Amino acid sequence: MPLAPALPFAVDEESPEQEFLYTLNFGPQHPATHTTLRLILTLDGETIVKAVPDIGYLHSGFEKLGEDLDYNQYVTIVDRMNYISPICNEVAWHHAVEKLMDIEITPRCKYIRTIIAELARISDHLLCVGAASLDLGGITAFMYAFNMREKVYDIFETMSGQRFHPSYTRVGGLMVDVKDDWVAMVRTFIKVDFPKAHADVCRLLNRNKIFLDRTKGIGVLSKEEAINRSAAGPVARASGVARDLRKDEPYLAYGDLEFDVVCSRNGDCLARYLVRMEEMRESARIISQAVENIPAGPVNVNIEDKLTIPDKSATYRSIEGLIQHFELFMWNRRWKPPVNELYAATEAPNGELGFYIVSDGEGRPYRCRTRPPSFIHFAIFPHLMEGHSIGDLPAVLGSLNIIAAELDR
Amino acid sequence: MAVMPDFLITKLDWVANLARANSLWPMPFATACCGIELMATASSRYDIARFGSEAMRFSPRQCDLMLVAGRVAMKMVPVLQRIWLQMPEPKWCISMGACASSGGVFDTYAVVQGIDRFLPVDVYVPGCPPRPEQLIRAVIDLQEKIQATGTVNAREFTDRTTYEGPTSMIKTLELDQTMVVPGDFNTATRQRD
Amino acid sequence: MSNTQQLLADRFGDFAIREEFRDNVRFVVSPDRLLDVLSLLKNEAGFDFLADITGIDYLHYPNATDRYGVVYCLANSETAERVYVKVLVNDPEPTLESAYSLWKGADWMEREVFDMFGIVFDGHPDLRRILMPEGFAAFPLRKDYPLRGRGERHNFEPNIRADG
Repeated sequence: MPLAPALPFAVDEESPEQEFLYTLNFGPQHPATHTTLRLILTLDGETIVKAVPDIGYLHSGFEKLGEDLDYNQYVTIVDRMNYISPICNEVAWHHAVEKLMDIEITPRCKYIRTIIAELARISDHLLCVGAASLDLGGITAFMYAFNMREKVYDIFETMSGQRFHPSYTRVGGLMVDVKDDWVAMVRTFIKVDFPKAHADVCRLLNRNKIFLDRTKGIGVLSKEEAINRSAAGPVARASGVARDLRKDEPYLAYGDLEFDVVCSRNGDCLARYLVRMEEMRESARIISQAVENIPAGPVNVNIEDKLTIPDKSATYRSIEGLIQHFELFMWNRRWKPPVNELYAATEAPNGELGFYIVSDGEGRPYRCRTRPPSFIHFAIFPHLMEGHSIGDLPAVLGSLNIIAAELDR
Repeated sequence: MAVMPDFLITKLDWVANLARANSLWPMPFATACCGIELMATASSRYDIARFGSEAMRFSPRQCDLMLVAGRVAMKMVPVLQRIWLQMPEPKWCISMGACASSGGVFDTYAVVQGIDRFLPVDVYVPGCPPRPEQLIRAVIDLQEKIQATGTVNAREFTDRTTYEGPTSMIKTLELDQTMVVPGDFNTATRQRD
Repeated sequence: MSNTQQLLADRFGDFAIREEFRDNVRFVVSPDRLLDVLSLLKNEAGFDFLADITGIDYLHYPNATDRYGVVYCLANSETAERVYVKVLVNDPEPTLESAYSLWKGADWMEREVFDMFGIVFDGHPDLRRILMPEGFAAFPLRKDYPLRGRGERHNFEPNIRADG
């Protein structure tokens, strides 16, 4: 299949007004796009007159696959959606499922989920900031950021056995409980490693003349546009929309913890970078409060509710545990959620990550729609790009933090 | 003390292989999660530069190793094939991760079930995603393969003129089953009249 | 929320049916009233944020009367209140009014619903396929389309060593 032209409007190259315009294909395999997305740019010299995105180069049928897998199995798939902060997707998915089934998870589970979601937010923002600076020519910040991400990976690996896609949450609880040495690891990370890396990146970029020149006033998104174009998360907050689901609809343990919502008025690439840097600090604040206050008790909801997978000792040593294990793994048994539909959202690092689940009473969802923040933010991209020069393109792309797997699903 | 001669007698193939194996320039075709692990392999903790493969070049004309990291969707296959054809010989291909090697968990309408159906692959790396150590092991394996089989004028590729992948799943449909899909019009992709 | 309900009841009477599940409040409206309801919610009730548009195919759903549903998730950016508007459409030509005139964010969301379910949005400026290739014929998220497709994914000529 040849690469088809994807211009929706008619470029009439013969007409005298447009004969100087030329078209540049950008992607789908290009270093500055990080992953797979394609842009067709109409250029006047170096100025972008029109940018037409062409996406779908990583469309893998996540939502169709969700209709085939049950509420626990699908967590492995949502992991691979925003793959630089997989835990946040898991937390969001099971947040929606638990709302559907009306499960109140245990306090210990809430705190652990909060900690891992915030750790994932730190690692997501680190990669975003590092890659943005890499695109603008600063490779050192990228190396510092990645070094710190390895520490977060170590924490996830100790907790779940997988460093990249932990698949750690389950309906009504977690895969396993965490150990004390894990808590010590998180504490060391928050107290020692993270502040150092954060200060390093700040020192490298915050007053860097090249970085400032290339991000200040570039890709400005006004507050009205941000709301009108459905932006959420750091992108909207950098434009002055003080909207954070952690405050607005407190879920997990966020209601008990103290933190601020970081906002800026400028709405340019620099504002988005600064909001992300400051949000990391707030995340560290949340973790340092939560990690000292993890309640004791079980991580799974009561076994009598027949919702969570019993642990191995219960499965092998008691008849109730064995029966429940069977009930949850036989394809015609599993959960019996109400026949209804609902939307539930959490604040992922990129913005509002919501799931619209339609249940027909079976053990697997009838339809599970994702509200992907990257998809919504990339729709804003042509608007941000118009009138800028082509050299600003990596700056804007890096500041929006587009993840192709979440974009295309 | 023995006097070392100031010359060396060896096979030209061996020297060429030594040079090629230890300076593989990867073309990172990073589409999904494995791409981030590829970045982790290239960054400070794992440091693929120890094996001479740190010179990631995003332009296919300058590369000799294609690293397909991540699932390849139907829309992406023509791009992948075009980039493969643009790379100069001799060239090798590492299929990184379960998705690139077999489709992995994504057995859906849009994901091809292994890039070896469309490209000749030299080394497969299992894992979802593979750890950086596994990718480094794959690079070492490829170096051994090049050292063992390579020739200076790439003769080893000239015999390999047939399709080497798994059984091709291209099928011709009945006329009433046909539909408009991208690809070759002689196969299942015939346009409905 | 009661204000919103009162507002909708005053203006549309029985045309907006209220459903509630957990904390979700949903209004089921008829397709020809959709744009009126949305603009009322946006301009008078303050729901200025369109969070999501999703399509659902109710082909095998128990006791379903209509084939497709489209749900608009709205939020109030000041008070963080949410409301959901659902419309039901049917074959052979599922068509809805485009919400692009109200929210520019609806652009890609509607394109995705069109791509996945084949629901046409009248008045959309650029309704093309967004995720699937341009020449693709089926609508993959419809329930009558198989998970593993109909063989489209393997219809490319393989490259062999001698090609390079």
